[in-house]
Amino acid sequence: MNQYQYAPPLLGGLLIGLSASILWLTLGRIAGVSGIIGSTLTRPSRDISWRFGFLAGLIGIGSLMLSRRGAEASVHSGPVLLLVAGLLVGFGTRLGNGCTSGHGVCGLSRLSPRSVVATAVFVATAMLVVFVVRHWIGAAA
Amino acid sequence: MMRLIIGLFAGSLFGAGLVIAQMTDPSRVLGFLDVFGHWDPRLGLVMFGAIAVHAPFVIWSRQRAKPVLARSIHLPAQTKVDARLVIGAAVFGVGWGLAGYCPGPAIASAFTNPSALLLTLSMIGGMLIHDGLLGRRVVKGVLQPKTLDHDEGTQGQGVSS
Repeated sequence: MNQYQYAPPLLGGLLIGLSASILWLTLGRIAGVSGIIGSTLTRPSRDISWRFGFLAGLIGIGSLMLSRRGAEASVHSGPVLLLVAGLLVGFGTRLGNGCTSGHGVCGLSRLSPRSVVATAVFVATAMLVVFVVRHWIGAAA
Repeated sequence: MMRLIIGLFAGSLFGAGLVIAQMTDPSRVLGFLDVFGHWDPRLGLVMFGAIAVHAPFVIWSRQRAKPVLARSIHLPAQTKVDARLVIGAAVFGVGWGLAGYCPGPAIASAFTNPSALLLTLSMIGGMLIHDGLLGRRVVKGVLQPKTLDHDEGTQGQGVSS
């Protein structure tokens, strides 16, 4: 077990900010992962190359680093919960036009009112769900 | 080719950032979301760090004419807060709070973690269900200038160079 302190999340955040800035300054694009996945799925003919590259890099580096680190991630959710959660994440990010990256990082960085509202809503909702699952259902079980 | 390389580089940085920050570990994410329990505030630093880097570039870019390889910044055409945005964000929040995965970390760890793979496939299903039910109507209903995207997530109508 490595010591998990404040530096790794901060460093990770800096890299994510750098990534978003590169897309913004070169291609004029927003680094929103749900949007990139959605566009790749539904409109593969339109300006696909950078999106394809982005997803390839994300999956490639992610796989490489995670396989070297070994099984650090501890998932306690069963398959049904994962299935339901995935459906909600996919449907919700499409309906709300963005996720943690598009709204939470890029949108907040340019103070987009839509992103400020969206981020407040999804963070608050997620915290509420964790509260209900862990402290109501969890306590009752 | 240049666009592919830029995308690949940006995606790699993004993926490395997620892994280093341990966003790919749902128990860390849920710990951050558990404000009423043993709250672990550290993942808040991910968003803080990312904005601390990105926001100055956004401000600086406003003094430049245009991006290096595009005619303009592809900003979302929608600027008003509407019901779709709020409901969509809430639905996403429920899914995020249930399993601790948002789209980036899910897809970054899909090939090394069967749980993340299942969630990613299901997420793609959710996106397709949305587009099947609501997508077409929206595309027809909102007329957009060709240089603008219609969402924050680069679900682009944008035509770039």
